[in-house]
Amino acid sequence: MEKRVVFRSAWLPWVLMAPQLAVIGVFFFWPAAQALLQSLQRADAFGMSVDWVGLENFRNLWKDETYLASFYTTAIFSISVAVAGISISLILAVFADRIVKGALAYKTLLIWPYAVAPAVAGVLWLFMFAPSVGVVAYALDVMGFKWNHLLNGTHAMTLVVMAAVWKQISYNFLFFLAGLQSIPKSLLEAAAIDGARPWRRFWTIVFPLLSPTTFFLLVINIVYAFFDTFAIIDAATSGGPGKDTAILVYKVYYDGFKAMDQGGSAAQSVVLMVIVVALTVVQFRFVEKKVNY
Amino acid sequence: MNKISFTAVALATALVMPAQAQTEIQWWHSMTAVNGEWVNDLAKDFNASQTKYKIVPVYKGQYPESMTAAVAAFRAGNAPHILQVFEVGTATMMASKGAIVPVAQIMKDAGFKFDPGAYISAVAGYYTAPNGQMLSFPFNSSTTVFYYNKDAFKAAGLDPEKAPSSWPEVALAAAKLKANGHKCPLTIGWQGWTQLESFSAWHNVEFATKSNGLAGLDARMKVNSPLHVRHIDNLANMSKHGLFVYKGRNNLAEPTFVSGECAMITTSSGFYGNVKKNAKFAFGLAPLPYYPDVPGAPQNTVIGGASLWVMAGKKPEEYKGVAAFFNYVSSPEVQSASHKRTGYLPVTTAAFQLTEKSGFYKENPGTDVAPNQMIRKVTDKSRGIRLGNYVQIRTIEDEELEQVWGGKKSAQEALDSIVKRGNELLERFEKDNKKG
Repeated sequence: MEKRVVFRSAWLPWVLMAPQLAVIGVFFFWPAAQALLQSLQRADAFGMSVDWVGLENFRNLWKDETYLASFYTTAIFSISVAVAGISISLILAVFADRIVKGALAYKTLLIWPYAVAPAVAGVLWLFMFAPSVGVVAYALDVMGFKWNHLLNGTHAMTLVVMAAVWKQISYNFLFFLAGLQSIPKSLLEAAAIDGARPWRRFWTIVFPLLSPTTFFLLVINIVYAFFDTFAIIDAATSGGPGKDTAILVYKVYYDGFKAMDQGGSAAQSVVLMVIVVALTVVQFRFVEKKVNY
Repeated sequence: MNKISFTAVALATALVMPAQAQTEIQWWHSMTAVNGEWVNDLAKDFNASQTKYKIVPVYKGQYPESMTAAVAAFRAGNAPHILQVFEVGTATMMASKGAIVPVAQIMKDAGFKFDPGAYISAVAGYYTAPNGQMLSFPFNSSTTVFYYNKDAFKAAGLDPEKAPSSWPEVALAAAKLKANGHKCPLTIGWQGWTQLESFSAWHNVEFATKSNGLAGLDARMKVNSPLHVRHIDNLANMSKHGLFVYKGRNNLAEPTFVSGECAMITTSSGFYGNVKKNAKFAFGLAPLPYYPDVPGAPQNTVIGGASLWVMAGKKPEEYKGVAAFFNYVSSPEVQSASHKRTGYLPVTTAAFQLTEKSGFYKENPGTDVAPNQMIRKVTDKSRGIRLGNYVQIRTIEDEELEQVWGGKKSAQEALDSIVKRGNELLERFEKDNKKG
């Protein structure tokens, strides 16, 4: 039998929702509408003169080969960040869940990186891997591996992926840990009695039961990689070498805030918005079918 | 009265003393470390020299950041009075007519004598509108010079008193340094500025048409000439053999020279203060290397650094304070002291002569390199480079050159690409600003 609470008042639900709607309106819909508006304009840096140019900003983007190339860069970056971020934090969460002694200390340490600002995370990793002065770069050099993210695009991409993943692990970890702790112990114990080893118990019981969490994190991580990583890129590589780590959102930031091309930057953010909406729809339509709630 | 209570009373008096009705003038700048101290001292000395105005210097991040901050502040109606803008932002500021007040007008309104002719022509010309009005106040102008580590030269069996003057000599010196175990013989700061922009003026070849953009918005890039290709190809070869080591964009290479890791560097003359204070070795300054077989080389180098812009929409009284401050900073004595301290150029001829007379150049060999590279008769190809969307063009230069150093593109491919991508931006800038 289904239990359902019915609000008879016409206005009470709206009043209760009002604060949340106001927050979404001010912090999401308003800026999004602004971006849409600006993407159809060209203005000088100080906003003294504004011209309506229709779709010219978008046409300029399609003409720019390097912009099209950055879709590919973004795909590699986002997939790497999401896959690495989710799998590493899942492993850590599984271990942290099994630990008996000092669990709190491990958990606290794992949550710390989330408190670090993205730009600082970028600089931290940059220091460790700086050719000729970085600790890690030096160690690699001793082992005969020439690390140089200033000129090697693969190295640079690895660096920013590591920094972005490191920053996001805590968030993923928290959700996985909560997910693991909500799995009924009786199921695991029953399986253990039936002779299933930990590895098997993980794949047949834990992983499927975690799938809502994993799916949620997949969406969140993709959005994170698309939108929240420009500070890491800016601090660590500035998009270089060449344009090898210039992901879409970095160019939005660069064109808008450094080069002061507001129209072009707004057009790019509209493109980005469309991509993320499309990706999320795809995820909900196709990936979600495999999720057991 | 014991000592403590005396101090307390003195302190109280100081606090109670009515803060005179001083006009505060906000000055946003991007100077850090030794140059930041210099800016603060200038403000302090000016504030002490009179009582009507108070200059408040505020560090607002690196050049692009402070410019962005000022744009946002201007839109919100609380821009600073004075904004330090790097040379790359000059064309953008010039195009924003309603946002700024020309310096020449500020000085005239305040009743100060202001003679643009007092400034070194390569400097004044850069900040002057085509109609002859000086728009911004030349402040920290620098140019590109060559620094080398004399101790490293000595250790490698090179003559420490004789800097390599041509690129072939640089390559030879680098090879000797490398043979002596030096891991980074040569590095480069501000690669686009030193190796393409200043390089062009130094060899009297065009960087862009229309006098490198000074003569009109329809300028187009010319950096894929045979000479440019030859030079970048030469550097690419040096990079391949470990003679030139790339250390990053902007001035990221500078610390590697100060630390002694890299033995030679081409970068801004404004780097001098840092080297002088922090380098633990003997160092030398020399003019930018050139190719001796190019007719007309060496010509002169182009300016970098920044100028001070006055933002629109302030009170007349405040503008008087700005003018008084500019008048103070442009006096030959202050100019000369600043030049000696920072390595930035003396922007007036009088300041240069005063510095020369003081014997500073004789005592500090090499400090006259930068002014001497600038105080020359300029040509249309060497007067300066002022392009629209310059910030992005600089980044394009970085991106393409990195691909050459990384071996992904040939010099010709990269320079062709700079021209193509740069021209698209120039066309867009021309279009945006014609309408207005």
